Amino acid sequence: MSEEKQPVKSIVTPSRLEYDFTPGIATTRFLRHMQEGRIVGQRCTKCAKVYIPARGSCPRCGVATEEEVEVGPNGTVTTFCVVRVPSENIDLTLPYTAAHILLDGADIPFFALIQECDAADVRMGMRVEAVWAPEAEWGPTFENIRYFRPIDEPDVPFEDFKEHL
Amino acid sequence: MSDDQSAAILSAPHALEYAYKRSVGPVLGRFFTELRDHKIVGSRTSDGRVLVPPMEYDPSTGSGVDEIVSVGPAGRVTSWCWVSDPLRNHPLDRPFAFALIRLDGADTAMLHAVDAGDPSKMSTGMRVVPRWCDDPKGSILDLACFEPEEGR
Repeated sequence: MSEEKQPVKSIVTPSRLEYDFTPGIATTRFLRHMQEGRIVGQRCTKCAKVYIPARGSCPRCGVATEEEVEVGPNGTVTTFCVVRVPSENIDLTLPYTAAHILLDGADIPFFALIQECDAADVRMGMRVEAVWAPEAEWGPTFENIRYFRPIDEPDVPFEDFKEHL
Repeated sequence: MSDDQSAAILSAPHALEYAYKRSVGPVLGRFFTELRDHKIVGSRTSDGRVLVPPMEYDPSTGSGVDEIVSVGPAGRVTSWCWVSDPLRNHPLDRPFAFALIRLDGADTAMLHAVDAGDPSKMSTGMRVVPRWCDDPKGSILDLACFEPEEGR
């Protein structure tokens, strides 16, 4: 008996929302810098913290931020999650690691993928570098950075990044 | 920041989509299986009423419903609403009516689309017949829509 003659046991009911997304002035500038292969944050004039991606204001002080600061491309894993469950639309070999990475010069970590490293070897404080897509493929998007991979540098002590978790 | 930079604020389409997969159980599973074969079934309750689409339990007594009966395929519109500007996910890409349709042999009405062309062709009590999809998949859309019985 062909498969299509089996009784129906399940149905797929898609839920879909369509948006026109605009990132605003500050994050547009961040994305334009990404297109040039640079990771640029903004420094708060009051507390001096550097935010990436820039949002145009400091969430702590409530003041506008305009000074641009290039950060990275190397950084430190602050915390991470090993993914062992497959998802639709994610074509990665399991298990893989998603990590919070604090770029050198930044005060806030962001979420990124770790590759070229066994999930069992990822650790807090591990030093990593950005692996970029070929320059011809760069656009105004964070996807220019394919992933981060370990570099041969000593781990950063927990004390040095515990304020940035 | 110069004016031309601020004028060039980025914008991009973004779709957030989840393809929920739900199991349908033995009763609705039978309903969808029959739809795939261009048939419509309901379930009969202990007091003899026929529910379409079928339910696993009689809503008035809570007892199980296990007798499946064929209904329709034609039926009668009990209520309707004209959709002038269909949305992307609607079953038809031209103006149509959403209608409650009580199929012949059923005691409850089922929601579906009626392809009447114009709201003047719609009326409560009108007779409708199903139009079937050429590529059935075991879904409510195997029944593409209903259309007026008269003038076919």
